[in-house]
Amino acid sequence: MSYLAHSVKSVPTGFSRVLHLNWPIILLLSAIASVGFLMLYSVAGGSMTPWAEPQMKRFALGLFVMFSVAMIPVWFLRNIAGLAYLISVGLLVAVEFVGATGMGAQRWIDLGFMRLQPSELMKITLIMFLAAYYDWLPVKKVSHPFWVILPLILIVIPVYLVLRQPDLGTALLLVFGGGGLMFIAGVSWLYFATVIGAGVGLVTAVFQSRGTDWQLLKDYQYRRIDTFLDPASDPLGAGYHITQSKIALGSGGWTGRGYMQGTQSRLNFLPEKHTDFIFTTLAEEFGFVGGLSLLGLYVLVLIFCIASALSNKDRFASLMTMGIALTFFLFFAVNMSMVMGLAPVVGVPLPLVSYGGSAMLVLLLAFGLVQSAHVHRPR
Amino acid sequence: MRRPPKDTEESVKLITRRSLVLGTGMTAFAGVLGLRMRHLQVDQADQFRLLAEENRINIRLLPPARGEIFDRNGLLIAGNEQNYRVVMVRDEVDDPDKVLEDLSNLIPLSPDDIARVKQELAKRSRLVPVTIADRLTWEDLSQVAVNAPALPGITPEFGLSRAYPRLDDYAHVIGYVGPVSDYDLSKIDDKDPLLQIPKFQIGKTGAEAKLERDLRGKAGTKRVEVNAYGRVMRELGRDESTKGSDVQLTVDTRLQNFVQARLAGESAAVVVIDVNNGDLLSIGSAPAFDPNLFVRGISVADYNGLTQNKYRPLANKAVQGAYPPGSTYKMVTALAALEMGVVGPEETVWCGGHTEVAGRRFHCWKRGGHGHMNLRESIKYSCDLYYYELAQRVGVEKMSEMARKLGLGERHDIPMSAVSKGLIPTKAWKRANRGEDWVIGDSLNAAIGQGFVLATPLQLAVMTARIATGRSVKPRLINAIAGEEFPSSAGEPLGISTSALNQARGGMIAVSNERRGTAYSTRIAEDAFRMAGKTGTSQVRNITKAERARGVFRNADLPWERRDHALFVGYAPFDKPKYAVSVVVEHGGGGSTAAAPIARDVILAAQYGGVPPLAAYPESQHGRISTALEELNLRDPADTPPKGTRA
Repeated sequence: MSYLAHSVKSVPTGFSRVLHLNWPIILLLSAIASVGFLMLYSVAGGSMTPWAEPQMKRFALGLFVMFSVAMIPVWFLRNIAGLAYLISVGLLVAVEFVGATGMGAQRWIDLGFMRLQPSELMKITLIMFLAAYYDWLPVKKVSHPFWVILPLILIVIPVYLVLRQPDLGTALLLVFGGGGLMFIAGVSWLYFATVIGAGVGLVTAVFQSRGTDWQLLKDYQYRRIDTFLDPASDPLGAGYHITQSKIALGSGGWTGRGYMQGTQSRLNFLPEKHTDFIFTTLAEEFGFVGGLSLLGLYVLVLIFCIASALSNKDRFASLMTMGIALTFFLFFAVNMSMVMGLAPVVGVPLPLVSYGGSAMLVLLLAFGLVQSAHVHRPR
Repeated sequence: MRRPPKDTEESVKLITRRSLVLGTGMTAFAGVLGLRMRHLQVDQADQFRLLAEENRINIRLLPPARGEIFDRNGLLIAGNEQNYRVVMVRDEVDDPDKVLEDLSNLIPLSPDDIARVKQELAKRSRLVPVTIADRLTWEDLSQVAVNAPALPGITPEFGLSRAYPRLDDYAHVIGYVGPVSDYDLSKIDDKDPLLQIPKFQIGKTGAEAKLERDLRGKAGTKRVEVNAYGRVMRELGRDESTKGSDVQLTVDTRLQNFVQARLAGESAAVVVIDVNNGDLLSIGSAPAFDPNLFVRGISVADYNGLTQNKYRPLANKAVQGAYPPGSTYKMVTALAALEMGVVGPEETVWCGGHTEVAGRRFHCWKRGGHGHMNLRESIKYSCDLYYYELAQRVGVEKMSEMARKLGLGERHDIPMSAVSKGLIPTKAWKRANRGEDWVIGDSLNAAIGQGFVLATPLQLAVMTARIATGRSVKPRLINAIAGEEFPSSAGEPLGISTSALNQARGGMIAVSNERRGTAYSTRIAEDAFRMAGKTGTSQVRNITKAERARGVFRNADLPWERRDHALFVGYAPFDKPKYAVSVVVEHGGGGSTAAAPIARDVILAAQYGGVPPLAAYPESQHGRISTALEELNLRDPADTPPKGTRA
C-alpha cells in the first residue's frame, strides 16, 4: 500500500516531526552507545583517550546525522535510492585505486576530516535500493526468474568489489542483508530452498572429495578452510584470539570480575579489545548479566524496528526498515557468534559499541532512515 | 510522480508474514546467543576462570641460599657472597647503544663486554634480562643505582654466589659448584625445578657434589602477574626459599693450611686422622687450585694450565690416588704372621742382600744385606728379605685378610669425589682379572707392598690409626649437618692380639726414635709428642739387571716420572696415640728423605695446633728447620676470609 493512498495532511511537517520520532529506538541506541563508552574507557585502562572521547564525539555527530536524515521525507529517499547505490558502488571502485590499506585490507578513503569506508555505506544503500526496487516491482512478478536475477546482480556487484579488498565480513553482511530483503519482499521459498540446497551440496561435495581422485580444491586450500572453521587447530595463530576471547568471557561468570577488573583485557591477552572483541571485555567485567543485558538491548532495538516496519503501510519504508533491522541484527549476531567461538573470525564490529567512526556514522545514518520511515509513515 | 496503488491487501500480508518469520528467526538466534553465553559464563565459568588465572599468574622460583660449610672450629670454608650485577631489558630501552656507552662511564666495561652484550641483546627475547656486568663492587653498583633515571632499562640486581675464602686449601675436599649443565641434568635423576633455572649453581665435585641434597635448600616461589607479552606487572605473593643445611666438617683449617703450605712444590698427598674417633683433620693434595675460578667460569687458559700440568692439580691424590704402599705395608705382613704364629718375636731371618725363590732372585733394597733380623729390626731397618720369608710362611690370603682388617682395599665412606678402593690382591682376584694363577713371586712382592697391592693415602692413614689403637677406626669427615651431630666412635676392637700389635708398634717406634732407624733423622725431640712410623719407597719401574749391575738406581739420576714414590705412615704420641698421618710424595724418591720430614712437620703441627716450635726438633736440625718453617706461606685462619679477586 503506497503512500499516496493515504492522507498527506496527517503526515507531520516542520518541527513537529521531532515529536513523532521513534524515541524508544533513540533511547535504546543511546544506551547501547553508552555501554560502548564505558567499555572503551575501561579497555584504555581507565582513560577517555584514546578511544572513549573520540567515540562520544562521533556518536554526537552520528545523532545529528540521524536527526537530519529523519527529517528527510521518505519518498525522497526512495527516489534517490538508485543514485545512492550507484555512488556507493562508485566509491567501492574508487577504493580500488586510491584506497588506503588498514589492517591488511584496502578499505577506506581519506577525506581529510574523516576516513570513509565505502563498504559500510554500501550495506545501507544496497538495502535502500533493493527496497525501492521491490516497492516498484508488482508483487505478482516478484518470483519471476528475470525479476529475481536483477536484484541478485545488484547484490553480486558490491559483494565482488568488497571481496577484492578483501573484507569477508562485509561481503557476508551484504549477501545476507540483500538476500534477507529479497525474502521479506516475498521472493518464493523455492529460490531460497534451491540456493540453500545447492550451497549445502557444494560444501558437501568439496569436503567429500577431499583425499579422493576428484578432489575439488588444492590441499593448501583445505588447510586454510580447516583453520578458518576450527581456529583451535592453530592455537598460536588464528586460534589464539578465539581461545583468549572464550577465556575472557567464561571467566566473567555470573556477575563478572568488576568494572576495569578484567585481567584478560587489562593484561592484553585479548586481541582487538577496543574493536571487534570489545564484547569479551564487557562479558569479562560484567559477566553473564552484563552480556545478556546488552543482547537484550539489541533485541529490543530489533523489536521496535520490526514493530515500526509492520505498522508502516508504505512498502518502501517497511522493506527498508526491515532491511536495516536485519543488517543491524547481522552485525551483532555475527560479532557475538565470532567472539563466543560459534563462527569463524571474520571482522565484524559490535554495532555502536566497537570503536570505529565509519561504522557508527553509517549505522546512525541507517537509523535516520528508519526514523524517516517512521515519521513519514502514512496515517 | 507516484504511480497509483497496484497491490494492496496481498502485498501487505506477504511482507507482514515474511517480516514476522524473519523477526522470529532473528529473535530465536539471539536466544541461541544467550544460551551460548550462559554455557560459557555459567556452566564453564570455573574452568575459564582457572585458565584466565593461568594466563595472568606466573610462578617464579626463588633460589635458596646454599648451605655453608664450616671446619671443626666453625671457620667458614664455603660461603655465599653477595654478587652485584647489572642487567638490561631490551624492551625498556630505546637506544641501547647510548645507554651502554653511558654505563661504561660509570662501571668498568671493556669493548669486548659491550660487544658480547650487544650480541646477546640481539639473540634473546626483548623481555629477557641480559647481564651486562657481573661481580661488581658495591661502589660500582651504587653508581648505577644513583644514575638509574638516566639509564632506562638498566636494573641493578643482587644475587648470591658461592665463595671459597680458603682459596686452594680445600679445593679437593670441598670441590666447587658451577652452573648446572645439560650433562648434569642427563646424569642425575632429580626433579627439583631449581635445576631448570639457567646458571643455577650445583656442586660439581667433592663434598659440594656429594652433599648437594643437604646444601641446596628448597626453592621459594614468587607469584607475579604478567601481561600477554610476559612483562611482570606486579608481585602477588611469595613463599620464601629455605636455605640449605649448613655442614660442619671434621677438618681443621689451621692444620689444612699448614699441610697445603708444607706440600707446596710437591706432587703429594697427606691425610691426618684422629685415631680415637676417626675425625679427618686434614686431607691435603698438592698441587691444588682455586675453586673460585670454577665458580666464576674458568678461562680456557687457566683450565689448560690445570689439565696440562704434569703434577695433575685437579686429581685428589689423598683419596683418589692409589699407590703401591711399599714398605709401609710391612706391618700388615708382620701382623698376619704374628697372628698365625708362624714367626716368633725374637726369631731371626738372615738377610744376605738377596734370595732365590722358585728360580727367581729377589733383592733386599740394601745391597749388602742386613744380616740377622728379628721382627722389630725388620721394621726398623725395613729389611725386605725378612718379609720374603714371611710371605712364604703366611701366604697371600692371610696377608690380604689382615690388610682388609686394617682398612685397606675398602672404599671408605666419606663425601668426596672418586674415593678409590685401592687393591688388595688374592688368588681369586688374579685369576679373574689377569687370567693367571697366583705364583709365589706375587706373594713376595705383596709382602713388601709392591706388585699388585695399591692403597690410597686415606687408607694408609686409617691403617696406621688401626695399628695404633687396635680398633676399627672409621674415617669421618662430616661432623654435623644442620646442627645435627654425626655419630663418632672409637671403633670395635679389631681382634688382633695386643702382643702382636705391640710387636709391630715397637718396630715403628724404633724407626723414628732409634739410631739407624730409617726415619731416625726425622725424629721428634719433644718427649710428649714422639712419633712411631714407617717409611716406604715404592718402585714405579722394574729395575733391569743391567741397571742393577751399573748401580743406576739412584732416584736423582732418573727423570721425575720414573722416580720412586716416597711414603710415610706414622702416629703420635707413640705412647698414647692421638693422631695418625700418611704421606705420599709422588716420585719423591725415598720415603725417609722425602715423605718422613713432611709427616713429622704435619703431625707436630697437629699436636701443637699450629706451627711447631723449634724445641720439638733435634737441636742439630734447628737451623735448617727454622728456615724451612719460616718459608712456609701460611695464612692466619682467624683473618677475615680473604675476598676472591674480581674475575
